[in-house]
Amino acid sequence: MSHSEFILETRALTKAFGGLVANSSVSIGFREHQAHAIIGPNGAGKSTFVNLLTGHLPPSAGEVLFKGASIGGLPAHKVTRLGIGRSYQKTNIFPSFTCFENCRLAAQSRLATSMRFLRPASSYKAVSEQAEAALASAGLAGRSGRVAGTMSYGEQRQLEIAMVLATAPEVLVLDEPLAGMGREESEHMVTLLRDLARRYTLILIEHDMDAVFAIADVLSVMVNGTLLESGPVERVRASKAVQDAYLGDGAEAY
Amino acid sequence: MITHIPKRLAILLLVLLVVLALFPLWGKLVFAAKFTFLMQKLTGIMILAILAMSLDLLVGVAGLVSLGHAAFFGLGGYMLALMSPQYDAANLWLVLPAGLAGVAAAALVVGFLSIRTSGIYFIMVTLAFGQMGFYFFNDSKLAGGSDGAYIYVKPTVEAFGTTLVNLDDKLSFFYVTLGVLVGVYALLRVLLASPFGRVISAIGVNEYRVQGLGFNPMAYKLVAFTIAGTIAGLAGFLAATQYGFVNPAMLGWHQSGHVLVMVILGGMGTLFGPVLGAFVLELAHFAFESLTEHWLLPMGVMVIAIVLLLPKGLAGLLLKWTDRKEDGP
Repeated sequence: MSHSEFILETRALTKAFGGLVANSSVSIGFREHQAHAIIGPNGAGKSTFVNLLTGHLPPSAGEVLFKGASIGGLPAHKVTRLGIGRSYQKTNIFPSFTCFENCRLAAQSRLATSMRFLRPASSYKAVSEQAEAALASAGLAGRSGRVAGTMSYGEQRQLEIAMVLATAPEVLVLDEPLAGMGREESEHMVTLLRDLARRYTLILIEHDMDAVFAIADVLSVMVNGTLLESGPVERVRASKAVQDAYLGDGAEAY
Repeated sequence: MITHIPKRLAILLLVLLVVLALFPLWGKLVFAAKFTFLMQKLTGIMILAILAMSLDLLVGVAGLVSLGHAAFFGLGGYMLALMSPQYDAANLWLVLPAGLAGVAAAALVVGFLSIRTSGIYFIMVTLAFGQMGFYFFNDSKLAGGSDGAYIYVKPTVEAFGTTLVNLDDKLSFFYVTLGVLVGVYALLRVLLASPFGRVISAIGVNEYRVQGLGFNPMAYKLVAFTIAGTIAGLAGFLAATQYGFVNPAMLGWHQSGHVLVMVILGGMGTLFGPVLGAFVLELAHFAFESLTEHWLLPMGVMVIAIVLLLPKGLAGLLLKWTDRKEDGP
């Protein structure tokens, strides 16, 4: 298998929690600059897959390859430093910090080390600029000074994305960025994600089918911890097996 | 963790500092009979305030509730006692760095073994290490066992053959301690504004996310634990110098709990709060004790009242007052 084909790839990735096999021999390749969505009903193992991909969980068996090098079993803080940024399904920010400080800290994580004790963090210019740029990219330019916990839910979800962007990733792994959002907030977020899909390799876990079809180039379907189907969106959408298992008769299913 | 101190609050704190710094002048007039005692008392409180600030770095900033912090305080004192010649003065330029290095090494080891746990388990592990320290000095013959040990001659502070400060002089020692108090506060403020400090503060808010961003929380917590332990050791070193005496109780959980109350009463994560907490708690203790032999009762009522009425401690109250005024038109 050539290394150049996929930027990120899993091979027979398996995770068992005791007797429960959450991911069973999942092999998916993610191509550079593609938007790749992973869908599946609740309990299909999508979140486990994301946690395996980003080092939040060690795999029981199988491999995760980033640019051809095995990264399975690396802790989360090392995986993100390689350039794989992730957002979380449940809003996971620093609510008592300002919006800017949330992103500044994210950008600061790209310093060779933060074991620096004397110079004020605010005087690291490149870090601050990176944070401002990430806020602007996520549509939060005007929210710099707001305490994150006091913003609307939708804005907190945007901040979640801004924090990932501030870490200057190559691959964005977004775990249900639309979860819990209202219609208007969702539309706003879909626009943002389409924009990001042009600039990054995007891996999107999502329930919202309209959003998936609007954003993704490639679609993988997971059911019961296994990969059911993977391929270009239109082909997977038309697949009989997928329709039976998940999509229903063209209608949205959750 | 607070990063911004409102201007009015800064002025208030500065005034309190000046009042304290001038106590040797006005205290003599107001409390003629008790002046010497009060000088000693205030110096002791300042030392506890340094200890409380160091604990705040763990409890209020990094979210690590340690119930064994006094072990490093006591160890700092014992380092001086063990390194002081029996009938001669030790050289401060040697015993202070050596003592602090010893405490830092101990904090590094204890931290390494305890930061892997969190929450109630961290409290239990630090409590256990603290008690180990207590019994180590209590049961060994190393430094007088349970009787403690005396430091008969205080360390000399010399440069080029001339004495810079005489630590035996109560007034000089008062100002040395005040200087260390202000210095440690400034140092911790610088530290908290640095990249390291921002990571530590973030760990106190959401450690899981800190790791997701690419920081190894264990490394940062270990360094914070070591710094806090070393500053506690510095406070213990000062305490041993002041009293000329160390005993195992300095390391015990009772002392750790006492300092934790100062941090909570004063306001966690504010640095100046624990300093205020130390003064309020100790001065109230002193006042109630001189009024009644049942002083524990009013003390308990006071502590409960503050905790119930001021969930963010004295510092929270002051921040609310001064911030509101600043927000005004």
